[in-house]
Amino acid sequence: MLDIVLPIAFGLVAVAVAMSFWRLLRGPSAPDRILALDTLNINTIALLVLLGIHLSSALFFEAALLIALMGFISTVAFCKYLLRGDIIE
Amino acid sequence: MLDYLLSFLILFGAIFTFIGSLGLVRLKDFYTRLHGPTKATTLGVGSILIASAIFFSTRGTGISLHEILITLFLLITAPVSAHLLAKAALHLELNSLAKIPTKKVQQEGLEQANQTEVAQQTTEKIEPLTSSDGSQDQELAQKQ
Amino acid sequence: MRRLLPHPLLTPILTVVWLLLNNSIAPGQIVLGLILGWAIPLLSIRFWPDKVYVYKPLTLMRYIIVVLIDIVVANFIVARRILGNPDRLKPAFAKLPLDLTSDLAISLLANSITLTPGTLSARLSSDRKYLLIHALNETDPDALIVTIKQRYERLLKEIFEKC
Repeated sequence: MLDIVLPIAFGLVAVAVAMSFWRLLRGPSAPDRILALDTLNINTIALLVLLGIHLSSALFFEAALLIALMGFISTVAFCKYLLRGDIIE
Repeated sequence: MLDYLLSFLILFGAIFTFIGSLGLVRLKDFYTRLHGPTKATTLGVGSILIASAIFFSTRGTGISLHEILITLFLLITAPVSAHLLAKAALHLELNSLAKIPTKKVQQEGLEQANQTEVAQQTTEKIEPLTSSDGSQDQELAQKQ
Repeated sequence: MRRLLPHPLLTPILTVVWLLLNNSIAPGQIVLGLILGWAIPLLSIRFWPDKVYVYKPLTLMRYIIVVLIDIVVANFIVARRILGNPDRLKPAFAKLPLDLTSDLAISLLANSITLTPGTLSARLSSDRKYLLIHALNETDPDALIVTIKQRYERLLKEIFEKC
Protein backbone atom coordinates (compact mmCIF):
# COMPACT_ATOMS: atom_id res chain seq x y z
CA MET A 1 0.00 0.00 0.00
CA LEU A 2 2.77 2.40 0.98
CA ASP A 3 4.61 1.55 -2.25
CA ILE A 4 1.66 2.83 -4.28
CA VAL A 5 0.97 5.92 -2.18
CA LEU A 6 4.53 7.25 -1.86
CA PRO A 7 5.14 7.93 -5.58
CA ILE A 8 1.75 9.69 -5.80
CA ALA A 9 2.66 11.84 -2.80
CA PHE A 10 6.07 12.60 -4.29
CA GLY A 11 4.39 13.67 -7.52
CA LEU A 12 1.85 15.93 -5.78
CA VAL A 13 4.48 17.65 -3.64
CA ALA A 14 6.81 18.05 -6.63
CA VAL A 15 4.03 19.78 -8.57
CA ALA A 16 3.44 21.96 -5.50
CA VAL A 17 7.13 22.92 -5.53
CA ALA A 18 6.87 23.75 -9.23
CA MET A 19 3.80 25.94 -8.64
CA SER A 20 5.46 27.87 -5.81
CA PHE A 21 8.49 28.32 -8.04
CA TRP A 22 6.24 29.70 -10.78
CA ARG A 23 4.84 32.26 -8.36
CA LEU A 24 8.37 33.09 -7.22
CA LEU A 25 9.42 33.88 -10.78
CA ARG A 26 6.25 35.70 -11.78
CA GLY A 27 5.76 37.91 -8.76
CA PRO A 28 4.24 40.42 -9.40
CA SER A 29 5.13 42.08 -6.09
CA ALA A 30 7.83 41.54 -3.49
CA PRO A 31 5.51 40.07 -0.79
CA ASP A 32 4.28 37.57 -3.40
CA ARG A 33 7.82 36.38 -3.94
CA ILE A 34 8.47 36.12 -0.21
CA LEU A 35 5.27 34.12 0.21
CA ALA A 36 6.38 31.84 -2.62
CA LEU A 37 9.76 31.32 -0.93
CA ASP A 38 8.03 30.51 2.37
CA THR A 39 5.79 27.97 0.63
CA LEU A 40 8.81 26.54 -1.15
CA ASN A 41 10.44 26.01 2.25
CA ILE A 42 7.45 24.15 3.64
CA ASN A 43 7.12 22.06 0.48
CA THR A 44 10.79 21.14 0.72
CA ILE A 45 10.25 19.95 4.29
CA ALA A 46 7.42 17.73 3.06
CA LEU A 47 9.61 16.39 0.25
CA LEU A 48 12.49 15.65 2.64
CA VAL A 49 10.24 13.84 5.12
CA LEU A 50 8.74 11.77 2.31
CA LEU A 51 12.25 10.88 1.15
CA GLY A 52 13.08 9.89 4.73
CA ILE A 53 10.10 7.51 4.78
CA HIS A 54 10.98 6.18 1.34
CA LEU A 55 14.58 5.40 2.27
CA SER A 56 13.68 4.40 5.88
CA SER A 57 16.36 6.78 7.11
CA ALA A 58 16.01 9.16 10.04
CA LEU A 59 18.93 11.24 8.82
CA PHE A 60 16.71 13.68 6.96
CA PHE A 61 15.06 14.91 10.14
CA GLU A 62 17.88 17.30 10.98
CA ALA A 63 17.82 18.79 7.48
CA ALA A 64 14.05 19.29 7.69
CA LEU A 65 14.33 20.94 11.11
CA LEU A 66 17.06 23.28 9.89
CA ILE A 67 15.07 24.26 6.81
CA ALA A 68 12.04 24.98 9.01
CA LEU A 69 14.10 27.20 11.31
CA MET A 70 16.02 29.06 8.62
CA GLY A 71 12.91 29.42 6.46
CA PHE A 72 11.00 31.16 9.22
CA ILE A 73 13.90 33.45 10.08
CA SER A 74 14.47 34.42 6.44
CA THR A 75 10.77 35.17 5.93
CA VAL A 76 10.77 37.41 8.99
CA ALA A 77 13.96 39.14 7.83
CA PHE A 78 12.56 39.78 4.33
CA CYS A 79 9.32 41.18 5.77
CA LYS A 80 11.25 43.42 8.15
CA TYR A 81 13.25 44.65 5.20
CA LEU A 82 10.08 45.54 3.30
CA LEU A 83 8.55 47.22 6.33
CA ARG A 84 11.55 49.22 7.46
CA GLY A 85 14.09 49.14 4.63
CA ASP A 86 16.52 47.78 7.17
CA ILE A 87 16.94 44.49 9.01
CA ILE A 88 19.24 45.22 11.90
CA GLU A 89 18.35 48.48 13.56
CA MET B 1 -4.09 -1.74 9.25
CA LEU B 2 -1.16 0.48 10.18
CA ASP B 3 -0.14 0.55 6.54
CA TYR B 4 -3.53 1.96 5.60
CA LEU B 5 -3.36 4.65 8.29
CA LEU B 6 0.12 5.66 7.11
CA SER B 7 -0.96 5.73 3.48
CA PHE B 8 -4.02 7.78 4.35
CA LEU B 9 -1.97 10.34 6.32
CA ILE B 10 0.66 10.66 3.59
CA LEU B 11 -1.89 11.02 0.81
CA PHE B 12 -3.98 13.48 2.85
CA GLY B 13 -0.88 15.55 3.59
CA ALA B 14 0.34 15.53 0.00
CA ILE B 15 -3.08 16.57 -1.30
CA PHE B 16 -3.29 19.50 1.12
CA THR B 17 0.27 20.59 0.36
CA PHE B 18 -0.70 20.52 -3.30
CA ILE B 19 -3.90 22.52 -2.72
CA GLY B 20 -2.00 25.13 -0.72
CA SER B 21 0.39 25.75 -3.59
CA LEU B 22 -2.47 25.60 -6.08
CA GLY B 23 -4.00 28.53 -4.21
CA LEU B 24 -0.76 30.40 -4.74
CA VAL B 25 -1.21 30.05 -8.50
CA ARG B 26 -4.98 30.34 -8.89
CA LEU B 27 -6.10 33.15 -6.63
CA LYS B 28 -6.19 36.68 -7.90
CA ASP B 29 -4.71 39.01 -5.31
CA PHE B 30 -2.00 38.83 -2.69
CA TYR B 31 -4.24 38.82 0.38
CA THR B 32 -6.31 35.86 -0.79
CA ARG B 33 -3.16 34.04 -1.92
CA LEU B 34 -1.87 34.35 1.61
CA HIS B 35 -4.66 32.05 2.83
CA GLY B 36 -3.60 28.97 0.88
CA PRO B 37 -0.03 28.38 2.04
CA THR B 38 -0.59 29.43 5.65
CA LYS B 39 -3.43 27.02 6.27
CA ALA B 40 -3.47 24.16 3.82
CA THR B 41 0.28 23.70 3.66
CA THR B 42 0.67 23.70 7.43
CA LEU B 43 -1.87 20.93 7.92
CA GLY B 44 -0.53 19.02 4.91
CA VAL B 45 3.06 19.01 6.11
CA GLY B 46 1.83 18.37 9.66
CA SER B 47 0.09 15.15 8.68
CA ILE B 48 3.07 13.99 6.58
CA LEU B 49 5.30 14.59 9.62
CA ILE B 50 2.93 12.64 11.89
CA ALA B 51 2.95 9.81 9.36
CA SER B 52 6.75 9.87 9.51
CA ALA B 53 6.66 9.74 13.34
CA ILE B 54 4.35 6.69 13.25
CA PHE B 55 6.49 5.06 10.55
CA PHE B 56 9.76 5.33 12.46
CA SER B 57 8.12 4.43 15.79
CA THR B 58 6.91 1.13 14.40
CA ARG B 59 9.94 0.26 12.30
CA GLY B 60 12.96 1.68 14.06
CA THR B 61 14.46 0.97 17.42
CA GLY B 62 11.86 2.44 19.73
CA ILE B 63 9.55 5.42 19.71
CA SER B 64 10.45 8.33 17.46
CA LEU B 65 8.64 11.54 18.26
CA HIS B 66 11.00 14.26 17.11
CA GLU B 67 8.86 14.98 14.02
CA ILE B 68 6.33 16.43 16.45
CA LEU B 69 8.85 19.23 17.05
CA ILE B 70 8.77 20.36 13.41
CA THR B 71 4.97 20.13 13.37
CA LEU B 72 4.68 22.32 16.46
CA PHE B 73 7.27 24.73 15.13
CA LEU B 74 5.42 25.12 11.83
CA LEU B 75 2.11 25.53 13.64
CA ILE B 76 3.58 28.36 15.71
CA THR B 77 5.54 30.12 12.98
CA ALA B 78 3.13 29.93 10.02
CA PRO B 79 0.67 32.51 11.42
CA VAL B 80 3.52 34.79 12.48
CA SER B 81 5.03 34.92 9.01
CA ALA B 82 1.55 35.32 7.48
CA HIS B 83 0.86 38.26 9.77
CA LEU B 84 4.19 39.88 8.88
CA LEU B 85 3.59 39.35 5.16
CA ALA B 86 0.13 40.89 5.39
CA LYS B 87 1.60 43.82 7.30
CA ALA B 88 4.30 44.30 4.66
CA ALA B 89 1.67 44.13 1.89
CA LEU B 90 -0.48 46.75 3.62
CA HIS B 91 2.60 48.89 4.08
CA LEU B 92 3.36 48.69 0.34
CA GLU B 93 -0.35 49.24 -0.47
CA LEU B 94 -0.69 46.32 -2.83
CA ASN B 95 -3.80 46.00 -4.94
CA SER B 96 -6.58 44.06 -3.30
CA LEU B 97 -9.91 42.60 -4.32
CA ALA B 98 -11.28 43.71 -0.99
CA LYS B 99 -11.56 47.33 -0.03
CA ILE B 100 -8.42 48.21 1.89
CA PRO B 101 -9.09 50.38 4.91
CA THR B 102 -7.20 53.65 4.62
CA LYS B 103 -4.16 54.28 6.74
CA LYS B 104 -6.37 56.40 8.98
CA VAL B 105 -8.84 53.62 9.64
CA GLN B 106 -5.99 51.24 10.40
CA GLN B 107 -4.74 53.62 13.06
CA GLU B 108 -8.19 54.67 14.21
CA GLY B 109 -7.68 53.76 17.82
CA LEU B 110 -5.11 56.52 18.11
CA GLU B 111 -7.34 59.14 16.58
CA GLN B 112 -10.30 58.57 18.83
CA ALA B 113 -8.20 60.17 21.54
CA ASN B 114 -8.25 63.47 19.68
CA GLN B 115 -11.66 63.67 18.07
CA THR B 116 -11.25 67.16 16.65
CA GLU B 117 -8.47 66.07 14.36
CA VAL B 118 -10.61 63.24 13.00
CA ALA B 119 -13.32 65.66 11.95
CA GLN B 120 -10.80 67.66 9.97
CA GLN B 121 -9.16 64.67 8.43
CA THR B 122 -12.28 62.89 7.24
CA THR B 123 -12.98 65.69 4.77
CA GLU B 124 -9.76 64.96 2.93
CA LYS B 125 -10.02 61.21 3.18
CA ILE B 126 -8.23 59.45 0.34
CA GLU B 127 -10.14 56.79 -1.54
CA PRO B 128 -8.48 53.40 -1.12
CA LEU B 129 -6.98 51.58 -4.06
CA THR B 130 -9.40 48.99 -5.32
CA SER B 131 -9.66 46.86 -8.38
CA SER B 132 -12.83 45.06 -9.29
CA ASP B 133 -10.94 42.14 -10.77
CA GLY B 134 -7.40 40.87 -11.00
CA SER B 135 -6.67 42.84 -14.19
CA GLN B 136 -4.50 45.45 -12.48
CA ASP B 137 -2.52 42.69 -10.91
CA GLN B 138 -1.85 41.12 -14.28
CA GLU B 139 -1.02 44.41 -15.92
CA LEU B 140 1.55 45.00 -13.25
CA ALA B 141 3.06 41.62 -13.97
CA GLN B 142 3.28 42.30 -17.69
CA LYS B 143 5.02 45.61 -17.12
CA GLN B 144 7.69 43.81 -15.18
CA MET C 1 13.21 30.09 45.00
CA ARG C 2 12.28 32.85 42.54
CA ARG C 3 15.93 33.47 41.87
CA LEU C 4 16.99 29.87 41.45
CA LEU C 5 14.02 28.87 39.32
CA PRO C 6 12.79 32.02 37.58
CA HIS C 7 10.47 30.35 35.10
CA PRO C 8 8.94 27.17 36.56
CA LEU C 9 6.91 26.41 33.41
CA LEU C 10 9.78 26.83 30.96
CA THR C 11 12.06 24.29 32.64
CA PRO C 12 9.93 21.18 31.94
CA ILE C 13 9.07 22.45 28.43
CA LEU C 14 12.75 22.89 27.54
CA THR C 15 13.57 19.48 29.00
CA VAL C 16 10.88 17.84 26.90
CA VAL C 17 12.08 19.70 23.78
CA TRP C 18 15.64 18.52 24.45
CA LEU C 19 14.48 14.91 24.83
CA LEU C 20 12.41 15.13 21.63
CA LEU C 21 15.36 16.65 19.78
CA ASN C 22 17.61 13.79 20.81
CA ASN C 23 14.82 11.28 20.40
CA SER C 24 15.82 9.34 23.50
CA ILE C 25 14.86 9.02 27.16
CA ALA C 26 18.24 7.77 28.36
CA PRO C 27 18.98 8.89 31.96
CA GLY C 28 21.97 10.93 30.77
CA GLN C 29 19.84 12.88 28.33
CA ILE C 30 17.22 13.55 31.02
CA VAL C 31 19.89 14.97 33.35
CA LEU C 32 21.36 17.10 30.56
CA GLY C 33 17.86 18.26 29.59
CA LEU C 34 17.10 19.26 33.18
CA ILE C 35 20.38 21.17 33.42
CA LEU C 36 19.63 23.03 30.17
CA GLY C 37 16.03 23.63 31.24
CA TRP C 38 17.32 25.17 34.45
CA ALA C 39 20.21 27.16 32.96
CA ILE C 40 18.52 28.68 29.91
CA PRO C 41 15.70 30.46 31.81
CA LEU C 42 18.25 31.63 34.37
CA LEU C 43 20.46 33.16 31.69
CA SER C 44 17.66 34.55 29.52
CA ILE C 45 15.28 35.85 32.20
CA ARG C 46 16.19 39.45 31.46
CA PHE C 47 15.03 39.14 27.85
CA TRP C 48 11.53 38.02 28.74
CA PRO C 49 9.08 40.90 28.35
CA ASP C 50 6.77 40.16 31.27
CA LYS C 51 5.56 37.39 33.51
CA VAL C 52 2.87 35.10 32.18
CA TYR C 53 0.16 33.85 34.49
CA VAL C 54 -2.27 31.15 33.46
CA TYR C 55 -5.33 31.59 35.66
CA LYS C 56 -7.32 28.69 34.29
CA PRO C 57 -5.22 25.81 32.93
CA LEU C 58 -8.31 23.70 32.20
CA THR C 59 -9.81 26.42 30.02
CA LEU C 60 -6.45 26.60 28.23
CA MET C 61 -6.72 22.90 27.41
CA ARG C 62 -10.24 23.45 26.10
CA TYR C 63 -9.04 26.39 24.03
CA ILE C 64 -6.25 24.30 22.47
CA ILE C 65 -8.72 21.56 21.54
CA VAL C 66 -11.19 24.07 20.05
CA VAL C 67 -8.40 25.65 17.97
CA LEU C 68 -7.04 22.28 16.78
CA ILE C 69 -10.51 21.20 15.61
CA ASP C 70 -10.98 24.56 13.90
CA ILE C 71 -7.64 24.21 12.09
CA VAL C 72 -8.80 20.98 10.46
CA VAL C 73 -12.19 22.49 9.59
CA ALA C 74 -10.44 25.60 8.26
CA ASN C 75 -8.34 23.54 5.90
CA PHE C 76 -11.34 21.90 4.31
CA ILE C 77 -13.07 25.26 3.91
CA VAL C 78 -10.01 26.92 2.37
CA ALA C 79 -9.36 23.90 0.13
CA ARG C 80 -12.91 24.12 -1.20
CA ARG C 81 -12.53 27.86 -1.83
CA ILE C 82 -9.26 27.33 -3.71
CA LEU C 83 -10.68 24.53 -5.85
CA GLY C 84 -13.86 26.52 -6.53
CA ASN C 85 -14.15 29.40 -8.96
CA PRO C 86 -11.72 32.11 -7.77
CA ASP C 87 -13.83 34.84 -9.38
CA ARG C 88 -16.68 34.17 -7.02
CA LEU C 89 -14.64 34.85 -3.88
CA LYS C 90 -15.68 37.88 -1.88
CA PRO C 91 -12.68 38.85 0.24
CA ALA C 92 -13.17 41.55 2.82
CA PHE C 93 -11.33 43.42 5.53
CA ALA C 94 -12.86 43.66 8.98
CA LYS C 95 -11.82 45.50 12.09
CA LEU C 96 -11.89 43.65 15.39
CA PRO C 97 -11.97 45.81 18.52
CA LEU C 98 -9.85 44.10 21.16
CA ASP C 99 -10.83 43.56 24.78
CA LEU C 100 -7.58 41.82 25.61
CA THR C 101 -4.69 43.76 27.03
CA SER C 102 -1.84 41.32 27.67
CA ASP C 103 0.69 40.87 24.86
CA LEU C 104 0.64 37.09 24.94
CA ALA C 105 -3.16 36.92 24.78
CA ILE C 106 -3.26 39.28 21.80
CA SER C 107 -0.61 37.34 19.90
CA LEU C 108 -2.35 34.04 20.67
CA LEU C 109 -5.63 35.50 19.41
CA ALA C 110 -3.94 36.75 16.22
CA ASN C 111 -2.37 33.34 15.65
CA SER C 112 -5.66 31.51 16.22
CA ILE C 113 -7.44 33.86 13.82
CA THR C 114 -4.86 33.12 11.14
CA LEU C 115 -5.09 29.37 11.60
CA THR C 116 -8.90 29.15 11.68
CA PRO C 117 -11.52 29.22 8.91
CA GLY C 118 -10.97 31.73 6.15
CA THR C 119 -9.54 34.55 8.23
CA LEU C 120 -6.13 36.13 8.57
CA SER C 121 -4.90 38.72 11.03
CA ALA C 122 -3.24 41.48 9.08
CA ARG C 123 -2.35 44.33 11.33
CA LEU C 124 -2.49 45.45 14.93
CA SER C 125 -3.18 49.15 15.40
CA SER C 126 -0.34 50.96 17.11
CA ASP C 127 -2.32 51.45 20.34
CA ARG C 128 -3.28 47.74 20.49
CA LYS C 129 -7.00 48.36 20.40
CA TYR C 130 -7.88 47.05 16.95
CA LEU C 131 -6.90 44.06 14.90
CA LEU C 132 -7.36 44.24 11.15
CA ILE C 133 -8.64 40.94 9.76
CA HIS C 134 -8.74 39.75 6.18
CA ALA C 135 -11.46 37.24 5.37
CA LEU C 136 -11.23 35.01 2.31
CA ASN C 137 -14.93 34.89 1.63
CA GLU C 138 -17.18 36.92 3.88
CA THR C 139 -20.29 38.89 3.07
CA ASP C 140 -21.05 39.85 6.66
CA PRO C 141 -17.95 41.15 8.49
CA ASP C 142 -19.95 42.07 11.60
CA ALA C 143 -21.14 38.50 12.14
CA LEU C 144 -17.56 37.31 11.68
CA ILE C 145 -16.33 39.63 14.40
CA VAL C 146 -19.04 38.49 16.81
CA THR C 147 -18.09 34.85 16.14
CA ILE C 148 -14.39 35.49 16.77
CA LYS C 149 -15.13 37.41 19.96
CA GLN C 150 -17.36 34.68 21.35
CA ARG C 151 -15.33 31.70 20.22
CA TYR C 152 -11.76 32.75 20.99
CA GLU C 153 -11.44 36.09 22.70
CA ARG C 154 -13.78 35.28 25.60
CA LEU C 155 -11.83 32.11 26.41
CA LEU C 156 -8.45 33.87 26.15
CA LYS C 157 -9.66 36.61 28.45
CA GLU C 158 -10.68 34.02 31.02
CA ILE C 159 -7.33 32.25 30.75
CA PHE C 160 -4.83 35.08 30.84
CA GLU C 161 -6.56 38.00 32.50
CA LYS C 162 -8.00 38.35 35.94
CA CYS C 163 -11.64 39.31 35.74
